[in-house]
Amino acid sequence: MSLKIIVSQCTVCGACEFECPNAAIKFKNDTYVIDPALCTECEGSYDSPQCAEVCPVPDTCVPA
Amino acid sequence: MTANVISLDGLKVASRDDLSKAIEDKGCESSACGSSDGPSDMAPEIWEKVKDHPCYSEEAHHYFARMHVAVAPACNIQCNYCNRKYDCANESRPGVVSERLDPEQAARKVIAVANEVPQLSVLGIAGPGDSAYDWRKTKETFDLVYKQLPDIKLCLSTNGLALPDHVDDLLEMNIDHVTLTINMIDPEVGTKIYPWIFYQHKRHTGLEASKILHERQMQSLDLLAERGILVKVNSVMIPGINDKHLLEVNKVVKEKGAFLHNIMPLISAPEHGTVFGLEGQRGPTAAELKELQDACAGGANLMRHCRQCRADAVGLLGEDRGQEFTMDLVPEEVSYDPAKREAYREWVAGERMDRRAAAEVAKGETTATVAEDAKAMLVAVATKGGGRINQHFGHATEFQVFEVDADGVRFVTHRRADNYCVGGYGEDDKLDEVIRTLEGVPVILCAKIGDCPREALEAAGIEAIDDYAFDYIETAVSAVFRARNGLPAEEAVSA
Repeated sequence: MSLKIIVSQCTVCGACEFECPNAAIKFKNDTYVIDPALCTECEGSYDSPQCAEVCPVPDTCVPA
Repeated sequence: MTANVISLDGLKVASRDDLSKAIEDKGCESSACGSSDGPSDMAPEIWEKVKDHPCYSEEAHHYFARMHVAVAPACNIQCNYCNRKYDCANESRPGVVSERLDPEQAARKVIAVANEVPQLSVLGIAGPGDSAYDWRKTKETFDLVYKQLPDIKLCLSTNGLALPDHVDDLLEMNIDHVTLTINMIDPEVGTKIYPWIFYQHKRHTGLEASKILHERQMQSLDLLAERGILVKVNSVMIPGINDKHLLEVNKVVKEKGAFLHNIMPLISAPEHGTVFGLEGQRGPTAAELKELQDACAGGANLMRHCRQCRADAVGLLGEDRGQEFTMDLVPEEVSYDPAKREAYREWVAGERMDRRAAAEVAKGETTATVAEDAKAMLVAVATKGGGRINQHFGHATEFQVFEVDADGVRFVTHRRADNYCVGGYGEDDKLDEVIRTLEGVPVILCAKIGDCPREALEAAGIEAIDDYAFDYIETAVSAVFRARNGLPAEEAVSA
């Protein structure tokens, strides 16, 4: 279980990288990418996935 | 009309020597007059902080430049007037940038600009997201710059939601200017502006979001005031949503110690992709904005010279030299050379004293020749800075508008003539745009103007004058006012 970022919609603001409790989000090739091996969908940390909560573009951090 | 009329002969002042003499003769009464201590209606320690800051002092904006570096793209709130996805190099509005920088790149860019633009006095971080939310990048950038350029003023602009967490850092880092964007003090109003905020690991919507934001903004104001950090409050005027409400906002922020209140017009168009743009929410007219600013003027220092610049703007307010300093043009290694900035500062110190003296002389002449109740008039000016009429009409992309009456000359506003990609349709269209821009302003002063535009302006009821080329703005505007209101020289009687 993990989330992914829809690259075509991403504004590359980096808020998700900043909020991710697992350091699962990295800036690669001009965009942000979620490492599925590290993503926990924030279970055990927060009520909801932080990247999706903070992302300014609707439906851009979505279940993989 | 006769009692205060004296001969116009002998009142023409041509040189600096004459100016000094005239000052000695007349003495000096104005609150804004001449010493390096600054205006007497402002505490010296405040003047010291703002005198070189173009965004905090109208006078300073004729001499000093700011730059913004876009190191803080992440934001913790969503505003209905903001969409950071789109960038057009032709358009200038807050939140928009062409390239994002990491702190190391940003510091290099600042040094490169400082070497080339001696007017540079302020480094601001205004996003394109929120500088206090994206704090690690903001702080790292300021730290890097401060090491090499300790005399530059550091300044940040934020919505205030995350600011209370960092106020102690601000003090340590010598940041003595903060701009808070406050559009409401009533969360109900906020619900129409902010669809959501992200706070303490949770997205909040509706009234709850605006309540939290409001509380944090008020807390920010209090904390900053306690620490003696100068606060400017920016408010976006949104007709039908917060336009009337901003009077109350003005009152509250002033009570809480804000130094300056800057009410800006909403910029809104469908192609910006913002909620307001897509909904067809309009911005205020220039007249509506001025009406609100005038209604607020009693209680607050009101900023009227804001240019709503981009989050990566470089240069004097109203000019953007950002394209000259894109990262591909900034050297890999750059070291600071203070010579240009130091020389410039020395020149400005003398120049601004001369200008104040000239303004005093002009005011004295006006008082002596024009009836006290003469109707105030507006005069537009084409200037490249320095407080002088020094720009060719055809090169002007904006005009500064001054109001003049028997009490003197005051800056009122600027009017842009290049708004949002109007260029490129040919000179005639541009001139039409200028004429529309100057509505209600009967005179334009510039360094030079061609016959064609002069005639077109005349046909529209606007007199273009280039007789005062390179004079101080106050000197020239006062002379125009006197010419329109004073008695002609041959009819004047000696007192």
